[in-house]
Amino acid sequence: MLPSTKDALLIGVLRACALVAGAVLLLIVAFVARDSWPALRDVGVTRFFTDSWSPTSAEPGFGITPMILATLITSACAVALATPIGIASAVFAQFYAPKRVATVQRRVIELLAGIPSVVYGLWGLVVLVPLLLQFAPPGQSLLAGVLVLTVMILPTVALMADIAIAAVPATTLQAAHALALRRSSIVLKVALPAARPGIMTGVVLAAGRAIGETMAVLMVCGNVVKVPGSFFDPVRTLTANIALEMGYALTDHRAALFVSGLCLLLVWMALVAANGMARGTERA
Amino acid sequence: MKSSKFVAAKLARGRVAVGLLALCLVLLVTACSSEDSGHPASAGPLVVTGSSTVAPLISDLAKAYEARNPGVRVDVQTGGSSRGISDVRQDLAAIGMVSRALGETEADLTGHLLALDGVALIVHASNSVADLSPEQVIEIYAGRISDWAVVGGSPGPITVVHKADGRSTQDVFLGHFKMDPADVRASVVIGDNEQGVKSVAGNPGAIGYVSIGAAEASEKLQVPIKLLALNGHAATSEAVAQGSFPLVRELNLVTKGDLAPLAQNFIAFARSGDARKFVEAHYFVAVD
Repeated sequence: MLPSTKDALLIGVLRACALVAGAVLLLIVAFVARDSWPALRDVGVTRFFTDSWSPTSAEPGFGITPMILATLITSACAVALATPIGIASAVFAQFYAPKRVATVQRRVIELLAGIPSVVYGLWGLVVLVPLLLQFAPPGQSLLAGVLVLTVMILPTVALMADIAIAAVPATTLQAAHALALRRSSIVLKVALPAARPGIMTGVVLAAGRAIGETMAVLMVCGNVVKVPGSFFDPVRTLTANIALEMGYALTDHRAALFVSGLCLLLVWMALVAANGMARGTERA
Repeated sequence: MKSSKFVAAKLARGRVAVGLLALCLVLLVTACSSEDSGHPASAGPLVVTGSSTVAPLISDLAKAYEARNPGVRVDVQTGGSSRGISDVRQDLAAIGMVSRALGETEADLTGHLLALDGVALIVHASNSVADLSPEQVIEIYAGRISDWAVVGGSPGPITVVHKADGRSTQDVFLGHFKMDPADVRASVVIGDNEQGVKSVAGNPGAIGYVSIGAAEASEKLQVPIKLLALNGHAATSEAVAQGSFPLVRELNLVTKGDLAPLAQNFIAFARSGDARKFVEAHYFVAVD
């Protein structure tokens, strides 16, 4: 085979793959939008933001605002907690830990990343929730959800930060050493800024996992549809709403659950777009 | 030489990946389009449609039935009890699944009682309350009674564990106490029975309701929960089977007119002793 035909073949394959990846996303969006349409048409968009949520009542209500808030609050808090811990763990492994300790630490975090979410949920329900119950009933709460999510997404942040810091060119670090900078200065002023894009990718992936997480939050969050007044109040996320009710929902109720899914997609797209824009301005 | 082999191998792998993705895409598209194609009734498979409460049990029974009768196919679809009834009336399905007793307006159909779905109120094993009246249950679930002391227990806040909208046990519960889903002030909303049992077992102040079979199975496994009597009626599977426990509803298979041999045979199997272990596995109460 001539190199040029190989290239042509490779390009063809790559194009096909890219097309498939894009087409799957479009198909999913189209499918979710199609199944939400009956609710958007019959119920109207505004009622999804003004009603309460009682889709099987005699006078059904379809408000999902508290659930959008719950999804945003749980994910944002979990990311805010997991990011510093994850980065700190990566810095420790890269700059401070003895080699053997760093290897063990990496293996442990990799293992943590592979634990199925339902196991985290189970742990949350039988260990974390009874603990929180000591402070304020019912224990199943926003705080429980945030803590479980933090533990779940921590490995993503830590591993991505570890890889990003490892990819900082050795010459950069050697130059910093040559300037007789302290280790803390090298970490904070040289390594972390250089690794920033990779770390940010990890944070965005972690945020995606937090927003999309279903089983674990369903088990520990209490699932009451209400805007939480404190961290000890129960909340229901968009994902939990779909998982709880989809198997038993009919007609408008079912379509309203697809609207929950559509909102989830929009929230995620907005996040990705915001991240893309932030990077764009950074480069410019 | 070595590198070109490597590239070729990579390309081959790439092609396999593309092939797989394309296959997924085709499956996705066909799955989407076949949904609207309706359901064949008379040709081939035995079509059973209706209640999503009954469907998981019937799916399991159908698998067992197909295994015993090679060549027979049973097609189980959900869509609610009312779909089961209308499909049978329009001959779209041979058998309908209905998770309630048949009404007077449905005298044109024949009901075959499959099992009973009993619901038990449960509290933590350490709770001193053993019996509640229907009024007390309503007040607790509407949020008007929020302390155990009011109903004769030791003082402490009540954690109200409620099922998510659309779940069958929630239907039975709210239907019995004539409450609307919007009236309930829940502290925790749960999905399946297992989660309900765990929520109550982990919280000494909790009250919840689950399928009676699930509650009894957990109690046998030493999970710290207690089944509450309702108005003096002890909550047990036996009481449900004998009709002395009020929080219960019928699960029926419905048919119209003379039955085809296949439908008749399947209903006989679903009501036989062999089907009992499936009924109990789904935490329903078998009837004799």
